[in-house]
Amino acid sequence: MADSGNSDAFVAFERVQKSYDGEVLVVKDLNLSMPKGEFLTMLGPSGSGKTTCLMMLAGFETATHGDILLDGVSINNIPPHKRGIGMVFQNYALFPHMTIAENLSFPLEVRKIGKSEREQKVKRALDMVEMGAFGGRRPAQLSGGQQQRVALARALVFEPELVLMDEPLGALDKQLREKMQFEITHLAHQLGITTVYVTHDQTEALTMSDRVAVFNDGRIQQLAPPDLLYEKPENSFVAQFIGENNTLEGVVTEIKGDTCVVRLDDGEELDATPVNVTKVGEKTRVSIRPERVEINKDRLQEGVHTLKAEVLEFIYMGDIFRTRLRVAGNDDFIIKTRNAPDQVKLEPGTMIDIGWLPEDCRALDAT
Amino acid sequence: MSKAEPMLAADGTPLKKSLARALRRQKMRALMLIAPLLLFILLTFILPVADMLYRSVENGIVSETLPRTVVALADWDADGGELPDEAVYAAMAADLHDAANAKTHTKVGVRLNYEQPGISSLFRKAGRKAKKWDPVADGPWKDQMIDLHKGWGDPAIWRTIQTYSPPVTQGYYLNAVDMRVGPDGAEMRPENEQIYGILFGRTMKMSLMITLSCIMLGYPVAWLLANLPARKANMLMILVLLPFWTSLLVRTSAWKIMLQQQGVINDVLVWIGLVADENRLVMINNQFGTVVAMTHILLPFMILPMYSVMQTIPPSYLRAAKSLGATNWTAFWRVYFPQSVPGIGAGSILVFILAIGYYITPALVGGTTGTFISNRIAFHISTSLNWGLAAALGAILLAVVLILYWAYDKIVGIDNVKLG
Repeated sequence: MADSGNSDAFVAFERVQKSYDGEVLVVKDLNLSMPKGEFLTMLGPSGSGKTTCLMMLAGFETATHGDILLDGVSINNIPPHKRGIGMVFQNYALFPHMTIAENLSFPLEVRKIGKSEREQKVKRALDMVEMGAFGGRRPAQLSGGQQQRVALARALVFEPELVLMDEPLGALDKQLREKMQFEITHLAHQLGITTVYVTHDQTEALTMSDRVAVFNDGRIQQLAPPDLLYEKPENSFVAQFIGENNTLEGVVTEIKGDTCVVRLDDGEELDATPVNVTKVGEKTRVSIRPERVEINKDRLQEGVHTLKAEVLEFIYMGDIFRTRLRVAGNDDFIIKTRNAPDQVKLEPGTMIDIGWLPEDCRALDAT
Repeated sequence: MSKAEPMLAADGTPLKKSLARALRRQKMRALMLIAPLLLFILLTFILPVADMLYRSVENGIVSETLPRTVVALADWDADGGELPDEAVYAAMAADLHDAANAKTHTKVGVRLNYEQPGISSLFRKAGRKAKKWDPVADGPWKDQMIDLHKGWGDPAIWRTIQTYSPPVTQGYYLNAVDMRVGPDGAEMRPENEQIYGILFGRTMKMSLMITLSCIMLGYPVAWLLANLPARKANMLMILVLLPFWTSLLVRTSAWKIMLQQQGVINDVLVWIGLVADENRLVMINNQFGTVVAMTHILLPFMILPMYSVMQTIPPSYLRAAKSLGATNWTAFWRVYFPQSVPGIGAGSILVFILAIGYYITPALVGGTTGTFISNRIAFHISTSLNWGLAAALGAILLAVVLILYWAYDKIVGIDNVKLG
């Protein structure tokens, strides 16, 4: 889980708590540390505390308890304008009464940087986001994507070591968003800046980040690189929240080493990897990704359990087929198969056997 | 179809005509909906304003009441220094006879008295006798009339009658800017008779002071209104609006109680020893009292437009500025304030224009040094009954407001003004 007390961490939250009204904790005991240069995403549903964490880091909210360290120094009592942290806001917050160049020049002016150096830096920053020709325009004259680039350039122009982004792509359409995702990560790695990115879009989190912190209920549920997060979720919330997922409920009947057997409510049995279960008889919720379900018996290991499934619906999606099955009373069991020449199209109403590798199926907590 | 031909609708009529017909119904309906308001405004606003503008130049009374004199006087050379001849006196006698019987001789006297004080007594005195005159048989009139009142032997009187005989006059306007028609055309009145220039200047200066103090006092309140949590902001809003629900007279009288020499503020200052009992501050019936009371009364008109503009400025701008390294003050001054300027502009126009025409408060707490031009207009409307002069003063005030509005549009741009 979240590590703490790491001395070479660039950004660290140590036992941070936050409450707005003195009754409810919005952030409960947050521990997190980031090395320099990392791109970390805080992902979670709204109200999970991720934006509050970002605002505490930026200095717009004060932590009720605990320390926030930047480069080993507590910044709890440092006002936002002295923290030197770049920030990109949800609605860009470009100053409407200034031109683009003036917007970028603003952080340099308040730092009392000379005029010629200022102009040089503004130009370099604008060129970096390919907005060099737009310096004389006003924000209202730019499209959403262009404003987004300018906001990014403004957050970077004074060369901060840490940049915070609060759902910066939320207002863009899908195509532009995907393009900007790529550009932002590219830029962050190229400049070697440490980035904290807040989003509720899991695709964004998976594609952009070095590590993702999944927030729920004021706590980090899991902090891991995207592939681990997707393939090895540590609890039911993460498994549900990240990607598409099939769940089946049952009771653990046998644990041997790194596999266990789970008996479902209708008596059928399956093999899984025990994650959050420790003893026989415990209730569990097993989780399996739709693309990891195997319908070809030949490809399964010897002696593993298979389940009977009835095909309910077949959806052709171009690159993949999406098939809805009824498995152990669950009508929403989805499998995804690649549209390959040898792949069969399953007819609704047919009965098939499905199985999977035990390591793809994770027995998690029942809640 | 060739390009030169007009587009046709499905039934063959030109498309433009068809469209105009379709839109006409909509326009008619819209017009019907606003017709009552339009009529109301026409009757109670546009017509009175037009009437006022007309009255400020209208001068039919002299040529209507003294038609024969006006004709006879037309050839008289006023600059010659001689009295008009017998024909003019005979014409005047005939006109006075008719006017006295119609009881209009005092009105023309009063009218001419605006231009030359003392002239009305000539008409009053002559009018009493003129009823019994026989204009043809009782002549010659010249010596008779001079005997009756030596004013009839003064060329200046005849000059005034001649000058104001045309049906249209610039006399009221000249009067309103402290000028008069002298022997060599328009000239300034003597220093001790000049009042309107001073009054206009004072009205401008005090309105400006009131506007400035409203900005200073209103800006922080508007800021709080826009940035406090909703519940506290609502509470504050009620406090801002509370004066609106109190009678204007009550508020003004309250200031009298507060500011007068035996009033609350003086009592407190004397009690804590800041001011000696015999040197109580004079804070009312002067300019200070007027500015204080009017600032209080007009403050909501400044706060509300500023508030509605500030409400549209998201707090993220200030946060962005701070995250970029600006101190609280820089963030406010460079980022927030410029965006709130349209609200200040709207509030200032509103307050200034209201202040410039304000009447009740200066009348009650202004004394002699704190009265506005509108108090003078009211005086001419209701006391001196010189409506022509009142109309001219009002027209000038209207023109000043329009010019200021135009200048404001040129400098700030009226598009930048937001009321919400």
